Amino acid sequence: MADPMKIRAQVKDDVCDIKVLMSHTMETGQRKESDGSVIPAHFIQTFSIAVNGKIVVDGSSGPSVSKNPRFGFKVKGPKAGDKVTVNWVDNKGDKRTDETTVI
Amino acid sequence: MDMMRRTLLKGIGSSGVLAAALAAGMLKPTQVLAADWNKAAFEAKDVAGALKGIGATGAAESKDLILTVPEIAENGAVVAVTAVSKIPGTTSLAILVDKNPMPLSARFDFANGALPEALLNVKMGQTSLVRAVAQAGGKSYIVQKEVKVTMGGCGG
Repeated sequence: MADPMKIRAQVKDDVCDIKVLMSHTMETGQRKESDGSVIPAHFIQTFSIAVNGKIVVDGSSGPSVSKNPRFGFKVKGPKAGDKVTVNWVDNKGDKRTDETTVI
Repeated sequence: MDMMRRTLLKGIGSSGVLAAALAAGMLKPTQVLAADWNKAAFEAKDVAGALKGIGATGAAESKDLILTVPEIAENGAVVAVTAVSKIPGTTSLAILVDKNPMPLSARFDFANGALPEALLNVKMGQTSLVRAVAQAGGKSYIVQKEVKVTMGGCGG
């Protein structure tokens, strides 16, 4: 099981700033071990962000997103106390869901 | 594609909660399908292939699509990219790095009040154009900027 994500959701002037930091190796599949064998690709493929259960951002990523991916989005409407849920699935089927409250 | 389906089925099978939610009709099938990974676009080896994969062939250049990238990236492993679309009705954004082995880095669909803008970090193997693609009302728009990389982020 992967490490928890760090999620911050902050409302300012009716717009909620959502920042997500995922903990993932994001191995490209391009790198090689010292013995020449290819290190297999291992990266987050899909993720979604939901506010009170409604999906606001549906994302997909390739292996060229940096290690420990950081994403930032803005959503109009959420209020303090609303629930923000983020989940991701990687190419090996590992997954992670974390939640925070809008402040 | 078969691989994907197997992974998806395996994922659902191992998660009794999700299976129960599906059975109870709590999750709309469209929500599950929306999370599909666009293999053709992400595994395309050139920009044309990636654009075709996301249905953005022939995207028009737009000044209302704002891409913010560093001019020089000292570390290609972490290059901050921000894309903001001022084009009315923008529903999705995609980020591409021309000279990466697979140019498409990420794609986002927006709904339920999400503003069409995104911030993320990408890896860059070498100096390259970085592109943002927006899709609005069935049309595609594109903007590009060059980032000089002094140290690659994809080497071993």
